[in-house]
Amino acid sequence: MTYGEFAAVRGVSFDVHDGDLVTIIGANGAGKSTILRSVMGLLRPRAGKILFRGEDITAEPGYLRARRGISLVPEGRRILPDLTVEENLRLGTYVLQDAGEVAAELERAYSLFPQLRARARQRGKTLSGGEQQMLAIARALVGRPRLLLLDEVSLGLMPTLVEQTFQTIKELYRQGATILLVEQNARMALSVATRGYVLETGTITLSGTAAELAADPKVKRAYLGG
Amino acid sequence: MLSGYVVTVLITIGIYVILALSLNMITGYAGQISLGHAAFMGIGAYTSALLYTRAEFSFWPAFFVAGLVAGAVGAVLAIPCLRVREDFLAITTMGINFVVEATFLYVPFFGAGMGIGGINPPRLFGSEISKPGFLLLVTGVIAAVIAVDRWLIRSWIGLAWAAIREDEEAAGAMGIDVVRFKVLAFTLGSAGAGLAGSLYAHFLTFIMPVNFGFGQSIVILSMVVFGGIGTLRGPIVGAIVLGALPEISRPAMEYRTLLYGILLLMLMRYQPDGILGERSLLVRGWHALRQQAAPMKN
Repeated sequence: MTYGEFAAVRGVSFDVHDGDLVTIIGANGAGKSTILRSVMGLLRPRAGKILFRGEDITAEPGYLRARRGISLVPEGRRILPDLTVEENLRLGTYVLQDAGEVAAELERAYSLFPQLRARARQRGKTLSGGEQQMLAIARALVGRPRLLLLDEVSLGLMPTLVEQTFQTIKELYRQGATILLVEQNARMALSVATRGYVLETGTITLSGTAAELAADPKVKRAYLGG
Repeated sequence: MLSGYVVTVLITIGIYVILALSLNMITGYAGQISLGHAAFMGIGAYTSALLYTRAEFSFWPAFFVAGLVAGAVGAVLAIPCLRVREDFLAITTMGINFVVEATFLYVPFFGAGMGIGGINPPRLFGSEISKPGFLLLVTGVIAAVIAVDRWLIRSWIGLAWAAIREDEEAAGAMGIDVVRFKVLAFTLGSAGAGLAGSLYAHFLTFIMPVNFGFGQSIVILSMVVFGGIGTLRGPIVGAIVLGALPEISRPAMEYRTLLYGILLLMLMRYQPDGILGERSLLVRGWHALRQQAAPMKN
């Protein structure tokens, strides 16, 4: 099943299958965030098509895509700083309609990230960088997304937290989530992904399974430091 | 008993409390700056006055229709406000205020410069209500506005407004229809201003365009900002303090606009959360005191 196909001005085309963990790696400024923001509907591509579960959603605004089950963890941990942790999470459940589901999803998020439970009544901005990242991921998860978009989740985190965040991503994948992961940290990304694309200045130059990409000499030289 | 003068002042303050609370829904909760709130007060006042003097409506239906009309106009005028943010929104809403005031001033149907007179106070059980009765009516309307305010804030609407205020793009990515909630804020806030305008018209018994000008909008905004924008207590306390000030001191009355202008400047520079907002000196001091007192109890 094809989850989405995206063709930007540069002729970027890729797809994410149900239950897949796909990564797009590339240097800073290669256009990775642009792709995710276009899939979420925060940017309109000038040409090309975005298909989600067989339907053309290219012209659909972001809030309707969110209701279809697309969820973005934006770059730079953009949580709502003046709202409490719980309010942030409740907003993540906005796409669910049933009050019972909301409570169950909040509980699931708190058991996945116990630190957040302890800070439920604190304002988002009082959390540490790592905790804010957890909140950003949790907020995306509580809406039970069909497709989770992760934009540079490792950026600016301490190495131990990077490790922890990728463990979480792996766990989510094992539980059946469909994930599109955009990363500068190619080594980490390829270690968790099933398939990958290499993006260079707005064009996809290479694609394959994560193992194939990790073994590719060009990828090794450019992104894996050897 | 309260003297007639004190009751008059209290009614005026009460009407300002309604105006401040309704502006707070738009600017405080939904985060959409408005420099034209008096326009909607004017639309309510003129609707009520015209229905009463020309269409033989009694006060009560005129009062509710005033709220509906102001709310509906607010919803329509929200549309040009949707595409602009912050400073452009401030200028757009200011422009709306000037257009509305000019319409009252130049269109003969609205009484032009002469305004509309002969608007009597409400009648209840066959006789005009007394001034203390009017004060009771204003208090009842305030209570209703506070009840609606609390209900909104505890519902999804309040949470959606907060998300839009903090990060409009993130709110959209979470599935919130930003346009719908912004229009809702402008509609409800404008309806509240319309109700206040109707009370104002039937209290003063005559209205003129100048009552609903840009200066009046600044007075209302000053009250919200002074008390603490985005809280319930802030606009209430702001309206009471700044509404009473010109009555207590003569110079404050004469230099009112100047005083409020300076006050807004000082607040933005030193206390952007007002006197009772979350980060204000008073509220932070109060929390600090309580935290110091807490260990002593144990």
